Amino acid sequence: MYKNFFRYLISAIFLLGFSVNSNADFKVGFVYVGPTGDHGWTFQHHEGRNAVEAAGIKTTFVESVPEGADAERVIRQLAQSGHDLIFTTSFGYMDPTNKVAKDFPNVKFEHATGYKREHSNVSTYSARFYEGRTLLGHIAGKMTKTNTIGYIASFPIPEVIRGINAMTLAAQKVNPNIKTKIVWVFTWYDPGKEAEAAQALIDQGADVIMQHTDSTAPVQTAEKAGVWSFGQASDMQRFAPKSILTSIIDDWAPYYVERAIAARDGTWNQQDTWHGLKEGMVAMGPYNSAMGADLVKEVEQLQKDLASGKVHSFTGPIYDQKGNILVAEGKVADDGMLAGMNVYVKGVEGDIPK
Amino acid sequence: MIKIEKRNDVPMALYFFTPFIAIILTILGGGIIFYILGFNPIEALKFYFITPISNLYGLSELLLKATPLCLIAIGLSFCFKSNNWNIGAEGQLTFGAIVGGGVALLFYNQEGFYILPLVILAGAIGGMIFALIPAVLKTYFNTNEILVSLMLVYVSKLLLDYLVVGPWSNPEGFNFPETRQFSDSSRMPLLFEGLRIHAGIFLALAAVMLSWFILYKTYLGFQIKVSGLSLKTAKYAGFKGKTMILVVFMISGACAGLAGVGEITGPIGQLHRMISPDYGFTAIIVAFLGRLNPFGIIFASMVVALTYLGAETAQIFLQIPKYTGQVFQGMILFFLLASDYLLFFKIKILSLKKNELRH
Repeated sequence: MYKNFFRYLISAIFLLGFSVNSNADFKVGFVYVGPTGDHGWTFQHHEGRNAVEAAGIKTTFVESVPEGADAERVIRQLAQSGHDLIFTTSFGYMDPTNKVAKDFPNVKFEHATGYKREHSNVSTYSARFYEGRTLLGHIAGKMTKTNTIGYIASFPIPEVIRGINAMTLAAQKVNPNIKTKIVWVFTWYDPGKEAEAAQALIDQGADVIMQHTDSTAPVQTAEKAGVWSFGQASDMQRFAPKSILTSIIDDWAPYYVERAIAARDGTWNQQDTWHGLKEGMVAMGPYNSAMGADLVKEVEQLQKDLASGKVHSFTGPIYDQKGNILVAEGKVADDGMLAGMNVYVKGVEGDIPK
Repeated sequence: MIKIEKRNDVPMALYFFTPFIAIILTILGGGIIFYILGFNPIEALKFYFITPISNLYGLSELLLKATPLCLIAIGLSFCFKSNNWNIGAEGQLTFGAIVGGGVALLFYNQEGFYILPLVILAGAIGGMIFALIPAVLKTYFNTNEILVSLMLVYVSKLLLDYLVVGPWSNPEGFNFPETRQFSDSSRMPLLFEGLRIHAGIFLALAAVMLSWFILYKTYLGFQIKVSGLSLKTAKYAGFKGKTMILVVFMISGACAGLAGVGEITGPIGQLHRMISPDYGFTAIIVAFLGRLNPFGIIFASMVVALTYLGAETAQIFLQIPKYTGQVFQGMILFFLLASDYLLFFKIKILSLKKNELRH
């Protein structure tokens, strides 16, 4: 009995020692598009990296890597210097990531928000941010007095249009008179432009402002003007404590830890991941008490239903701006349609810039 | 009391030696900063200045990065030598890339040996035209070229934004702000398999040779230098100042346009919003570090290119913030200007006599 126990113990220690040895120099690299900062897109990826580090895996990052000719060199240097898994965390790294992946078949690559997986060592991942937008829409529809929601949009890519539509549909469900006004700023980060856009929307009667951009300028403008707003990417509450109703939070940590461990243990496979509220890749910030207990309860229930799949953000009937049916009654939009979304739903004002 | 006097006899050798002093002081200064940040300065400097170029790939990347800097700085040297302050090379680069990229997009589904030369030519002409705007405004309307050329940078960047978001965006690209990929015939040929260094480097070398020839062997070069030393003398000598201003701006713009076209037909292969990490501004440092001398500029462009690569390597291996690269560039310029000042001026400390005070 004891003999066996010791035998197992010794082999376990041996195995443990062996596995630690083989994994000791396992390293994960991260390429960021911005500075790590204290809020926003890159900050959230950095938080994910911290979680990987906390899980006992060595990591490296390079910040503010321009999405031009420099990206390829940085990714290649990470691959060359012994990193086994590399996360490239911006859309503009799509081609460089695939190019480097070709030359380093033993290194695994994870590209955020892209659609090209040209080699078997490239995975892509993104979050179903639109599920968060559905919650924002519900809140906005209930909170607005002017029935006008102002939306600061970055680029007319499917991702952004999906957010606008999901929000508008959810707002209409609780308030049929909702109108969504949009200002396109054509940037992901420009506090000056974003503040101007927020002010322009407020001047046009919007009393709820939301943004698909990265700075805190819109929520601060909203706070000053005394209208409601929502944080983007990080919990932005501390930047506009009165105005912010909640924030959509990008939580990459669980995914990064899972993928890093998989790569270390040799179970990593190529995949295209699109996680949402269910998996926790999209999370919500604290709800503002100004919403009232009833609304908070409603929204928390909706959050649960979206996570469980009971409710889908894009449930028919959905009409486009001209009244043509996009999704029939009782159906839900499939992922293919969501991925290529390039029309507004009814209730959104203006045209998609072409 | 401190008195500052101009030195009359500045030895030429010392004039070309001070950039090296500036570089050494920058390295020392960098070492001190690394030490304060808590890094081993020797190790950090090794990762900064040696590791990036310790293999073939690194050398190729250094030349790739130095090529646009060198081209632009060569162009700027014409302007700066003749007292024309063209600060808008970044805009000329962008506009050159727009015009060259436009031609490349026209031929996006065609192959042919004639396409690349056309694209390059278009880029040079684009940069030239864009540089003519501040030049014409300066010569005929007496505007300040610093302001005009600088403001035009934003104009060209916004134009590029508009084009890649709107009319030129890739129809199959899900509205992402980028154009189609250029066809292989619009791409600079690579010099070595597996490395990114491309034929654009020959454009830079040709520009160096040509500028040396123009500056030191032609009447135009003589005019440029004299105007730089004294505008009054140039006028007295009967030089046609207006033509010269137009010409130096055109040369400068063409070089910047070539740099832009080299980037988009070289490593990038399409137009999007981030075609240049402000090469047009960094090249100003390169031009001065190279003493506005064609061969000095080759050397300076490689030093400054190394600060970019070193910043990346230092962050990868030691997690030193990447922004130290900009700190290094700033320090180089600072030490260069400081040593220039000490070179051209004497500082005399005079002791005040008591009876002088009583007066």
